[in-house]
Parts: sequence; structure tokens; C-alpha cells
Amino acid sequence: MRIWLNEQPKEVAAGTTLAQLRAAVQPEADVLICNGYPVQPEQPLADGDRVVFIQRGRLPDAEELEALLVARHTPGVHQKLKRAAVGIAGLGGLGSPVAIALARSGIGRLVLVDFDVVEPSNLNRQQYFMDQLGLPKTVALRETLGRINPYVEVECHVLRLTAERVPEIFGEVDVLVEAFDDPAAKAMLTETFLSRCPGRPLVAASGVAGHGPANRITTRRTLQQLYLIGDGRSAAAPGQGLMAPRVGVAAHHQANAVLRLLLGQNPEQDQACST
Amino acid sequence: MLNLMVNGKSFQSSAPLSVAELLLHLQCDAARVAVEHNGIILQGEHFATTPLADGDRLEIVQFVGGG
Repeated sequence: MRIWLNEQPKEVAAGTTLAQLRAAVQPEADVLICNGYPVQPEQPLADGDRVVFIQRGRLPDAEELEALLVARHTPGVHQKLKRAAVGIAGLGGLGSPVAIALARSGIGRLVLVDFDVVEPSNLNRQQYFMDQLGLPKTVALRETLGRINPYVEVECHVLRLTAERVPEIFGEVDVLVEAFDDPAAKAMLTETFLSRCPGRPLVAASGVAGHGPANRITTRRTLQQLYLIGDGRSAAAPGQGLMAPRVGVAAHHQANAVLRLLLGQNPEQDQACST
Repeated sequence: MLNLMVNGKSFQSSAPLSVAELLLHLQCDAARVAVEHNGIILQGEHFATTPLADGDRLEIVQFVGGG
């Protein structure tokens, strides 16, 4: 009969138990999962079972992790994402969840820019931890991404981005994510990247504050190469703070727009890109 | 008479306008916008020196703070 072991097909004799399979292929495994649930080793296997062996504390190597990602992603998708480079300007409430979503998706290379350090007030929405307070956000996020998928190449720049540095730092990325907080910085990056790095899309955000309906956050193509996420209006202001759920919705709109662009799909709707 | 398309809507002006003057009229903060003028991204430093001509198309994106 055929089962799936660690996402790979494998032929085994009828009546084989999990314990026998473990002894044959990975005797040091200490957690046995069958069809999504931890099970006892004596359990006999059935045709079509999906088995995952885990050895606590041991990290899968690059090839094993790749096989797991390939199995989880639609064929063809993983290869395209693995070849891609994505820039993220700003690693706050937008940029940090975007980076995590893209690393989990298996993007090959991330170029991260931020000048800031992790402060206690960031923890209300940004993907950092108490034990990272005081670290540069680039350093903290690189560490977190390494715990998720150590085989993503991460390039970090600790600096306040100026127009002059944009082509040098983001000149090679396939898609750039604008994830700044300051509206003038958002405008500067948009006009600089779209004019100095022509032909490459920018995925920006505007209007993500507060706790208004999440359904007002949309993805719209507003300039030829600009996809704008947000409700367009909700600025961060006294009485309307930035909160994890709504900023997170916007961040994941941005990450999804990046995936769709890399796969040749229109981020706005169900059709191929027109460019 | 100047007939413009601004963010897909027609806009008319009886007086000559630069991009900077149009932004002022629309109450847009020039430091917080990105402007596409007839399909080409316009640098902020050129807003004041770029005159608008009849039939020009403008896309103006205004950013608000937060991220």
C-alpha cells in the first residue's frame, strides 16, 4: 500500500505499524503524527495515511523543508516564490507581519530596511517579543524569520531610507512593499521607486489605523505600478491608534498582493495581470 | 479653459494651473502625495514648475499616516 511519509509518497507492506516504519526510516523520531493527530506507535497503517515523524529539537535541513513547502504549495508556485526577491521598507506593524508571511510562503530573498529599535509600545501590533526590546528591528526580525524558515536569504539595512539610496538598495527586487508609518516617507518612496525602478510594482498602504470594519481595507491599483492597501482615510491620530487586527489585515493584504504579483496574477481581482 | 481628468473625474479651470496649484486647490499636502501625470510619475520637486495642459490626465494618491 502507499502512504505519505513527511509529505513524500512511500510504498509499505500491508499491516505495517507506525513503530515498524519508524524503526526502518527514522528510529530517533519521538513524535508520531498520523493524519494530523499524534498517535501511539502500535497503530497499524492504512492505505493513504499521511505520516509525519518529528524528532524534537532537530531542525529539518534545507532539502527536507523544501519538500514540505513544495507539498503544501501548489506545484509551480513554490519554485516561482523561491526565485523571487522582495523588498520591505519599514519593519513596524505592516512590515514585520509582511516579512513573516512571505518567509512562511518560501520567498527566496527578503531585503529589509528599518532604522528603529524595538520599543515596548511596538508590542501592541508589531511582530516582536519582550526579549527583543532594545534590539534593532532588522536584527530582531532576522532572528524570528530564522526560527520560521532559516533557508530564506535575508539582507538587512539599518538606516533611515532616503531617495538617493532607494535604487541602490531595492534596485534588484521583483516587488517592493512600502510599510512606513510617516505619510511623507510613503510619498517619497512611492515617487522614487516608481520613477527610478520602472516596471517593478510597489505595494503600499494608507489608512490602516483604528478598529473600523476590516472589510473597508481593500487592495486597489491606483497608479500604473502602485497597488494601494487600506481604507485610504483612517490616519493614525490621537483617539485612533494603530491596532494589531486592522494593521494585520492590511499587512496580509500586502503580502497576498506580493504573492499574486509574483505569480503573474492581478492583486485586485480574479484575473491575470494586464501588465 | 483647461479640461483635466483628475483621478478619473473631469476637472475644469479657467486659469492656467501648475501641478502644485492644482494640489493646493484640491487641499492636498504636496509632501504626502504621489502624482502620475499623463502616465508618468512626477517628482515632488517639479510640482511647481510643471504646467498643466488641456486634456492632461492626473492620478493623485494621498497618503495618511500609520503602519
